Amino acid sequence: MKFRIVLCCAIALPACSSLNTVKPWDKDILARPEMSLTDSLTGDALDTHIFFSKEGSSGGSGMGGGGCGCN
Amino acid sequence: MKISEQLALASCALLQPVTGNADGETWRVDSELLVYSESDGRVSILEPVANLGIDFEDESSLDVKLVIDAMTGATPNGAHASSSAQTFTRPSGNGEYTVAPGDIPLDDTFHDTRIALSADWLQPVIDDSTRLALGANVSSEFDYFSLGASATLLRDFNGRNTTLSAGIGLNSDTITPKGGIPDPLRNMTSAGTPANRSGDSDTKTTTDLLLGLTQVIDRRTIMQFNYTLGKVDGYQNDPYKIVPVIDPVTGLPIAQSGNDLPYLYENRPDSRTRQALFWQTVHHLSEDVIRVSYRHYRDDWGIDSDTVELKYRYVLGEHDYIQPRLRYYRQGAADFYAHGLYDGEPLPQYVTADYRQGEFDSITAGFRYGHSFDRRSELNFRFDLMQQNSKVIGTLVGDQLAQDVAPDLSALFVSVGYSVRW
Repeated sequence: MKFRIVLCCAIALPACSSLNTVKPWDKDILARPEMSLTDSLTGDALDTHIFFSKEGSSGGSGMGGGGCGCN
Repeated sequence: MKISEQLALASCALLQPVTGNADGETWRVDSELLVYSESDGRVSILEPVANLGIDFEDESSLDVKLVIDAMTGATPNGAHASSSAQTFTRPSGNGEYTVAPGDIPLDDTFHDTRIALSADWLQPVIDDSTRLALGANVSSEFDYFSLGASATLLRDFNGRNTTLSAGIGLNSDTITPKGGIPDPLRNMTSAGTPANRSGDSDTKTTTDLLLGLTQVIDRRTIMQFNYTLGKVDGYQNDPYKIVPVIDPVTGLPIAQSGNDLPYLYENRPDSRTRQALFWQTVHHLSEDVIRVSYRHYRDDWGIDSDTVELKYRYVLGEHDYIQPRLRYYRQGAADFYAHGLYDGEPLPQYVTADYRQGEFDSITAGFRYGHSFDRRSELNFRFDLMQQNSKVIGTLVGDQLAQDVAPDLSALFVSVGYSVRW
C-alpha cells in the first residue's frame, strides 16, 4: 500500500500544473555542483558498498547484487 | 557504476552549463581513500577509489572507475559466544581456531583484496531530449568474480525540468569459496577429516529493473524518486557462515559426534525478489544546501528496512564547507534467521545465523569537510561513526541467556578525497 501511494504521487508529479516550470536561464542555482543528486561520486559509492556489505538491503541508491561476496 | 549513479550524472548534464576547456570538454578526476575499521578485532578495510570522467561538448560523457578493497581482520562466523571454549575448522579443512569463552566467534579467512573496474557511457540518442546510459563492470577477489552490464534510457520533459528513466542491469557472479562449496545443513567436520563439501564453485545471476523520476521543483529544489525491482537466482549462501546446534536445556553447543562439530553450514533460498523505493530532495537555502533521502526496502526473504539520511552543507566562507550527516537504518530479520538451532527439533529448509540477515538498527553520524583551492579542485576529509545494534530473535535457553548472542557493531569511517576538473 505504501508503495502504491508513493508511486502514484511520483507519476502525478510531472502533470502537476502547480509546479512552475523553471526556465533555463533560472537554473543557475540548480547548476551548482553542490546541487547534484550525487553528493559525492566517490563518497556515495564507498558508502553504498559499506552499507550493502553490513546490511541486508540494497537498491534505491544503488543497484545490482554483484560485485563482491559481501551480502 | 550503479544505474542510480548514472542517473545522477545524467541529471548533472541537464542542469550544468558546459564549463570545460577550449575544446568544450570537461575532464574530471574524483578520488578518495577510505579507512573503515570495526571494533572488537573485526573487519578493517582500506579502499581507494578513483573515477576519471570526460564530459563532451555534445552532452555525452564517459566515466571509468577503479576500486580496490583491501580487507583484513575477522568476521563473525555465525556461531554465538558461549561459556565454553569453541573450536572451529578453517574453510580449507586443514586447520582450526579456538575461541575463548564469552568471545564472539570470528573467522579471519577472508583476508583478501578485491579489484573492481567499471565504465559508463552516456549518449544523446534519437533527439535532444533522450539519452542512453550504458555501463559495464567487473570485479574480482580470490573467491568471488562478478561481471555485469546495464542500460538506461532517459527522457526529458517540461523544458528539461522532468526526467523519466528506465533501466535494466544484469550481473553474473561466480563464487569459488576456499575449501569448496559446503553442503547446506551438513555439519562442519574436525580439521583433517573429510569435509561435507561438494564442488568447487557455484553461480548466481542478478537482474535489476529501475524506474526513475527526477523533477525540478523550483529554482532551488530538485527531487528524485527511484523504484527498483531485483531478482537474484542461484547460489546465495554465505559459504563461510555456520549455524550452531544448541542443547535445548543447557543452551551450550551440543557435544561433538565423531567428526561432526556442532555447527551446520547455512542454507538460504536460491531465489530472491527484492524491491526498493527511494526518494531524495536537494534544496539550496541562501548559501547552504540540505539533502534528505528515504528508502524503503523489502524482499521475499522477509527482510524489510527503512533508511533515512540527512546531510546539511554549511558554507564556511568562499572556499570551505562542512557537511554533517546523519543516517538511520532499521531492518527486520529474514524469515529463516536464527541465533541457533535446538538439538532434536526438525531441521528447517532454510536457516542463517548471519547477523546481517537479522534484526537491527543502525545510526551513522559524522561529517565531511571540504576545501576548494579554486573553482576546479577540492580536498576533503570525512569522518563517520556507525553504531549497529542487533536484536535478539526468539527465545533463548540456558547459557544463551548469559551470553550476548546478538552483539552490537561499532565502526569508524575516515577518508580523504581529492577532486579536480579542467
